[in-house]
Amino acid sequence: MSYAKQILRVDLATGKTEVEPLKEQMAKKYLGGIGLGMRLFLDYSKGGVDAFNPRNPLVFATGPLSGTMAPSAGNSYAVVSKSPLTEGIAESKAHGFFGAELKRAGYDAVIFAGKSDKPVYAWIDDDSIQLMDAQNLIGKSPYETEVAIREDLGDFYIRVSAIGEAGEKLVRIASIINDEFRAIGRTGMGAVMGSKNLKAVAVRGTNDVNVANPEEFTEFVRIIHERMKGPATRKYRTLGTPENVLVLNALAALPTRNFSQVTFEGAEKVSGEYLNERYIKKIIGCATCGMRCDHIGVVPEGPFKGATARVEFECLWALGPNCGVDRLDAIIEAIYQCDLYGMDGISTGVIVGFAMDCYENGILTKKDTDGLDLRFGNAEALVEAVKRMGSRKGWLGDVLAEGTMRAAEKIGKGAVKYANHIKGLELPGYALRTLKTAALGFSVSFRGACHLRSGAYSPDVKGKVDRFKIEKGRGKLVMDGEDLYNVVDSLILCKFSRGVFYEGIDEMAKYYTLATGIEMTPEELIQAGERINNLARVINIREGKGTREYDNLPPKIMNVPVPDEGIAKGAYVNQKEFDIGLDDYYEVRGWTKKGIPTIEKLKELGLDDLVSIVENKIRSKAPKKKGKGGK
Amino acid sequence: MPKIHEKKFVSGDPAKCVGCCVCEYACSMEQEKTYNPTKARIRVVRLNPFVNLAVACRLCEDAPCVAACPRDALEQSEETGTIIIDEDKCNGCGWCIEACDYGAVQLHPETRVVYICNLCDGEPKCVEWCPEEALDFTTKDILSQKSRVAVVKKLFQEALKATT
Repeated sequence: MSYAKQILRVDLATGKTEVEPLKEQMAKKYLGGIGLGMRLFLDYSKGGVDAFNPRNPLVFATGPLSGTMAPSAGNSYAVVSKSPLTEGIAESKAHGFFGAELKRAGYDAVIFAGKSDKPVYAWIDDDSIQLMDAQNLIGKSPYETEVAIREDLGDFYIRVSAIGEAGEKLVRIASIINDEFRAIGRTGMGAVMGSKNLKAVAVRGTNDVNVANPEEFTEFVRIIHERMKGPATRKYRTLGTPENVLVLNALAALPTRNFSQVTFEGAEKVSGEYLNERYIKKIIGCATCGMRCDHIGVVPEGPFKGATARVEFECLWALGPNCGVDRLDAIIEAIYQCDLYGMDGISTGVIVGFAMDCYENGILTKKDTDGLDLRFGNAEALVEAVKRMGSRKGWLGDVLAEGTMRAAEKIGKGAVKYANHIKGLELPGYALRTLKTAALGFSVSFRGACHLRSGAYSPDVKGKVDRFKIEKGRGKLVMDGEDLYNVVDSLILCKFSRGVFYEGIDEMAKYYTLATGIEMTPEELIQAGERINNLARVINIREGKGTREYDNLPPKIMNVPVPDEGIAKGAYVNQKEFDIGLDDYYEVRGWTKKGIPTIEKLKELGLDDLVSIVENKIRSKAPKKKGKGGK
Repeated sequence: MPKIHEKKFVSGDPAKCVGCCVCEYACSMEQEKTYNPTKARIRVVRLNPFVNLAVACRLCEDAPCVAACPRDALEQSEETGTIIIDEDKCNGCGWCIEACDYGAVQLHPETRVVYICNLCDGEPKCVEWCPEEALDFTTKDILSQKSRVAVVKKLFQEALKATT
């Protein structure tokens, strides 16, 4: 059985640890990864506690396949907590090597509670857990921290997950980074870690990870390996996700200059084709995975010579077209700086784009920026702004470090019109005015604006629906995507590998049973996905952030027609179609018009113990004013 | 007894290796019936994103590990060149580990005796599984041949283009 069957609790204030068993029923209901992580978060937290309060637990969870030879799922972990950006549920996953090591150390999850009174790192050496002094690691980048800890402990194979200066300084978009380039990127988990004075988690795991049926499991892994060499992963093995640049640009779906336009005149110069030809030095892989997708870019010359970063579409877009920047050397440098400070590249780029928009519209002046000329397209200013944000340097750095939503409130003067976030989390790189299934999907995502909570951009991009409108039926598309992705993120399969499961959920269920020995039908597995979505929704409701008014879209998407000439001209999401979409989605979900899971739905999903959280909300009649929260 | 040029071993190609460690998992499943890289006979070293290599026993002539064993627990097979370990004699003292320049000898965490790549009886699972074809089950002779062919190809790229 590939579960470690143990959950570790670490009290950072006292250094005390406790181990409790993972019950089989819990494992089957919540799977692992984000599912198990969110359930443990709910059980070990109280509603209304600030994200930076020591009582906000930080959960590291492995998946049922972590530590096995399962390609992409064997190497992963998830982090769950309350988000300092959305004040709702937060989750993020990362691959690499760390997750496998944590499982081998013997844990399905580690819950960090409390706050240390001085900087420490947690040293998990199988069943020995110590809090080690981290004073000398303060200010170091995640990778420098990793190297220093390995040297300190004297073992080359120790794996480390760490925060950088941004996390230490509670920059709300701070990430946690393992294995040099792999990030628990979204929702500000690095800041929560920083608030606990927890600089890093270092792990050495030497235990066996066994699967229930080794022969059939190995055979299945062999099949997946073969498929990984085929068409399902071609994109990730060749140009990588930056292939999207020209694809989205051609569809008028590439957000440009803080979502002002939907095409970028500099697209060619930041395309996957251009990038691979000039900057990608090697493509490497994570543990157990035969796909290899990590496109490592190096700037060969010029002012940013030597900058090295793993380059994916999202960060490239956020720090490139979204800031009007068409110079790949500066974009790679900006991603590199994000990795050094430990910040989410998507949120970073969207915040800089927002600041540039404010600057262009006279809301921010040179006085506010300490002389920084924050015009769209100014590559040097982009890099400088990233550095200031990562270190909270000056007024500008400090304000932007609060994330788009809070920065817009602090700046005032109508800056909210330019703030592109949902629930407080910055938008990723899909133009929602021209990809309207995605608009609906992003708006209802429980962790805030996210393309990877449902993959709802896919039917739009692939032309399976009329992407210029929202109509009945889109709710189900979003829901099905969400439920599947909840399974994917709880087994913690890499989403790049989702295409290799030719039989979809059927094969995932088989995979789970072969590894864990726990019987699981495809119906049960997809229901687990539905359960996890409802669980997340109820957590958001507990935090006062889970109802209809928080499922919204930014002003630029709702009110401003696309200016670009061509097929997309004039497009925007109107309130009427958006309401149709929300109503449709809530209906297929079995939720009320206010977006609250019904008692029957929760009972159907075996979430009876959550009924008390929603009961009062369902009874209260007066709906809050629409469009108020989250903007 | 086979000639020196016929002894095959597992060789990693740093130009192809991406550091994915699939070989470690395949090895531990074959040899130990579990997934545990710390018990694999082949281990991957990633120095940085660009420098990755899997390392296993290289079947040295007059293997220093054998010579270093004070208890005569190690013996080199004349047939295959692999190192055979007498688990009753080995007491885990680790002289052989120090003697090996390649880190190919390791101490088993449970049995407390050393273990070394045994080539899976002539069908190394690591080579079979490597998704990048970065591992070769080959002889030193063939390796040098390959290098020669590669260097000549490189030197005469232009001439090759002109003639083919």
